[in-house]
Amino acid sequence: MAVDYSALKKGGFMRQKQKDVFSMRLKVVGGNITAGQLETISNISRKYGGGHVHLTSRQGVEIPFIKLADIDAVKAELEAGGAAVGVCGPRVRTVTACQGAEICPSGCIDTYPLAAAISERYFGKELPHKFKFGITGCRNNCLKAEENDLGVKGGLTVEWKKDNCILCGVCVKVCRESALSIADELINLDESTCNFCGRCVKSCPTDAWRGEPGYILSCGGTFGNQIAYGLEVLPIIRGGDSFFRAADAAIDFFAKYAKPGERFRPAIDRAGWDVFRNAMEEALDA
Amino acid sequence: MPDYGIDAAVDITSVVCPVTFVKTKVAIEELDDGQILLVRMNDGEPIQNVPRSLKDEGHEILKLIDNKDGTYNLIVRKRESGG
Repeated sequence: MAVDYSALKKGGFMRQKQKDVFSMRLKVVGGNITAGQLETISNISRKYGGGHVHLTSRQGVEIPFIKLADIDAVKAELEAGGAAVGVCGPRVRTVTACQGAEICPSGCIDTYPLAAAISERYFGKELPHKFKFGITGCRNNCLKAEENDLGVKGGLTVEWKKDNCILCGVCVKVCRESALSIADELINLDESTCNFCGRCVKSCPTDAWRGEPGYILSCGGTFGNQIAYGLEVLPIIRGGDSFFRAADAAIDFFAKYAKPGERFRPAIDRAGWDVFRNAMEEALDA
Repeated sequence: MPDYGIDAAVDITSVVCPVTFVKTKVAIEELDDGQILLVRMNDGEPIQNVPRSLKDEGHEILKLIDNKDGTYNLIVRKRESGG
């Protein structure tokens, strides 16, 4: 019987160099797995994968050396152990994320719930080529948002609270964009210079800065054969509703304009960044 | 130097995070409630974190003074523990 390698790849089993053995990709969301899932991975690796486990460059876990004949059994044991297989090929891939505001002192947004919501909505969705989401909680960009087809970076839109301020000057000092200045017992914020990093909010010893979380999107990043940073086409956006309108628009644009086998970046380049920007803006205004 | 009665001073310019805050904490623990500590720190990471950490421990930040030599003096009042 002929082996349908394409179907196997779609279901997370990538053909190895060695005959009829596969590297099995697991579903991981936002780089989080539980201790229980790790046990399952460990057990399956020992039983079916010769004890090998590979950590991928995008927070994925793969168990190589799975034999063709064992695939059904492996899938069943994975499922019973609370884990699931991932995907490969032309579709929405693993959604990656840093630990975000829940855990990291630098985080401006809660990355994991967003990663889970993105994964829930798009994971495995069929597209002209692969499509990667990555979410980083702040300007430090540990997760390297701009490498992704759609990158999300957390930021804070900040507001000064005069009544709490003792004019200590810490915020002026920590602002790396020189967006803040003190004069006449007032702190002046140059909104055109602020990059939403939130360092004023994080460092203020008297809670005199309030920060409203938002998402800075970068589009068309690709770090394979072609290397290009994702670009921002929208101002910082707030709330899951706006985010998903923008994300839907980006994916619809990709589906509409890309040729089969063409990544998001060249598709935007070909269709025109103005056309793309308009599509994104219209989606947000809708 | 402004009009603060400084009760003690600590210099954390020769250490790095997290020892910066540890040294500061030890210095402030030696004070009585309401007394005032001067902390001399480097530009950069200490400025971003030490004032906020002191605030999170309940102390009151009074002033940050630029010494114009790459260091800063932070003036902090030890919290009243209320008993």
